[in-house]
Amino acid sequence: MSEVLTETRPMLKTIEIPPVSLRRRLIDRLMTVLAVATVVMVITPLVAIFGYLVYRGIGALNWAFLTQTPKPVGEAGGGMANAIVGSMFILGIGSLLGVPLGIGTGIYLSEFGRNRFGDAIRFVSDVLNGVPSIVIGIVAYGIVVLRQKHFSALAGGVALAIMMIPTIARTTEEMLLLVPRAIREAAYGLGIPRWRTTLSITLRTATSGVITGVMLAFARVAGETAPLLFTAFGNQFWNLRVDQPTAALPLQIFTYAISPFDEWHRQAWAGALVLIVLIVGAVSAVRIAVSRSALAGAK
Amino acid sequence: MNSPHPLPRPTLTPASVSKVAPLLKAGGSEWADGLFRLAMMGCAVGIIAILGLIVYELVIRSQLSWHAFGFKFFIGQDWNPIEEQFGALPFVYGTIVSSILALLIAVPLSVGVAVFITEMCPVWLRAPISFFTELLAAIPSVIYGLWAIFVLVPILRTLVQPFLAKTLGWTGFFSGPPFGIGMLAAGVILAIMVVPIISSITREVLSVVPQQQREGVLALGATRWEMIRIGVLRNARAGIVGAIILGLGRALGETMAVTMVIGNRAEIAKSLFAPGYTMASVLANEFSEATGDVYLSALVEIGLALFLVTISVNALARVMVWSVTRGQPARSHV
Repeated sequence: MSEVLTETRPMLKTIEIPPVSLRRRLIDRLMTVLAVATVVMVITPLVAIFGYLVYRGIGALNWAFLTQTPKPVGEAGGGMANAIVGSMFILGIGSLLGVPLGIGTGIYLSEFGRNRFGDAIRFVSDVLNGVPSIVIGIVAYGIVVLRQKHFSALAGGVALAIMMIPTIARTTEEMLLLVPRAIREAAYGLGIPRWRTTLSITLRTATSGVITGVMLAFARVAGETAPLLFTAFGNQFWNLRVDQPTAALPLQIFTYAISPFDEWHRQAWAGALVLIVLIVGAVSAVRIAVSRSALAGAK
Repeated sequence: MNSPHPLPRPTLTPASVSKVAPLLKAGGSEWADGLFRLAMMGCAVGIIAILGLIVYELVIRSQLSWHAFGFKFFIGQDWNPIEEQFGALPFVYGTIVSSILALLIAVPLSVGVAVFITEMCPVWLRAPISFFTELLAAIPSVIYGLWAIFVLVPILRTLVQPFLAKTLGWTGFFSGPPFGIGMLAAGVILAIMVVPIISSITREVLSVVPQQQREGVLALGATRWEMIRIGVLRNARAGIVGAIILGLGRALGETMAVTMVIGNRAEIAKSLFAPGYTMASVLANEFSEATGDVYLSALVEIGLALFLVTISVNALARVMVWSVTRGQPARSHV
């Protein structure tokens, strides 16, 4: 033993780690600084947008804005109450159409879709996810507006539903796949039929995840303007009829933003603030509700 | 997942089991299961039907324009609704130039952010930074447009454009009067909008590079940057390119923010200060006011072209990302 040690000792001494050259160390430092700089450059516009939005939005927000319909050009005051309600109305129609179809597709993909056909559906839903929203607007115009002969809330809802489905389908699938196989097998073991297992056990276990997916889709379409331009079209007045043109918050913001009037610009900022608050509010409200019920269920 | 919901407790006693046993025999719920499966399959087929419907609508409604102009539609530079002359080249040009400009700005930034988060950042900073970059993706397009009109465009007009004209004006890309509004503004706002997409997918791709790669390169005496370049970025190349192409897909189809700042003039200009027009913007501006069947059909044909380009770009990107992350569970926000 000791022989071996004495023999290896001189060899160890001959190994020298060459010092890292100054050039290489400087490049390393430089790249780290550059990476930090990119983070700063990406966060800056985010802060700028939110900061400016809150600053301009709060200044322009008042009670009339939330309770009145738009005034004609030149008159001060007025608000976007009809657009806020109209947006919710169109989103409601969209969710009513899109959510069941999306969840159904997700169930199919996770419970029956481990095959070629399932892969095809997955591919199609990814493709659908990438279709520009304005193109979906054209299609909704073709299938609803042209048949009905006029713009309508329904057409807007159909466009938004088409945009929601792929997101909901894929997240539902992902969430259902997270449910351990053993839970399903336990249910089968009790003699519960497969459909009942899927609906009452698998889907129920994954509820919070599925709802998160739905909210993601909801948040994504809530601010969409392009597909509503020639479907819901916008309206200066109140409308809660499915077959009539309807005002929507994003549309109103767009119209006011590109107008030449200061008063309208002011209102566009207020509208943008309300839109962001509605989206964030809806998403977090549902998140909190879901986590509460999940906690209650676990007791 | 430690089951958030308790399972329904089985209330079957031996006696009740014998009572329900006949019901539970194989075949007892077969029709219900079949029906359920069929219904879910119906939903899944619904997605295919929707895609089919999109293609059908676009193809049928663009026939008129296709027959009138043929392939010349995409070479013609003249967009004149009054004389029913339609050439879409200015829109194609505007779409491509604004998207490429956006990528030129966004790619270094997004890759930098992704590298910082996965390789350099202290662990406690990871979650907040990724949260903030992804928050950018949650802002509606119309709000980006609003901000661009009132904040970005004035900055470009008073600071950036005079500077670019002075230093790089000789190239011809930065000449002409600085309006603020124009191709450059569209490119910048698009860049801000695609950064979250590219950086989150790049992050996902970088995080599946095996840890041994990093350790191996470090053991050879590399500095951290050399480790990132040789061990990480080189391994994730295909996936990063995929992420970039996915960002391109988003930029090509983006409508509202671009429409609000690009200037909306159907001309091809070399200077990035000049106003332009994109395929998506012309649809947003003119579709609901189009009079005449040929006019409408020409617009739908632009929509069809946009659709075909974006889905091919997206399909290509998916395949490239998949080639790197294959076999790994999808991880989104960690």
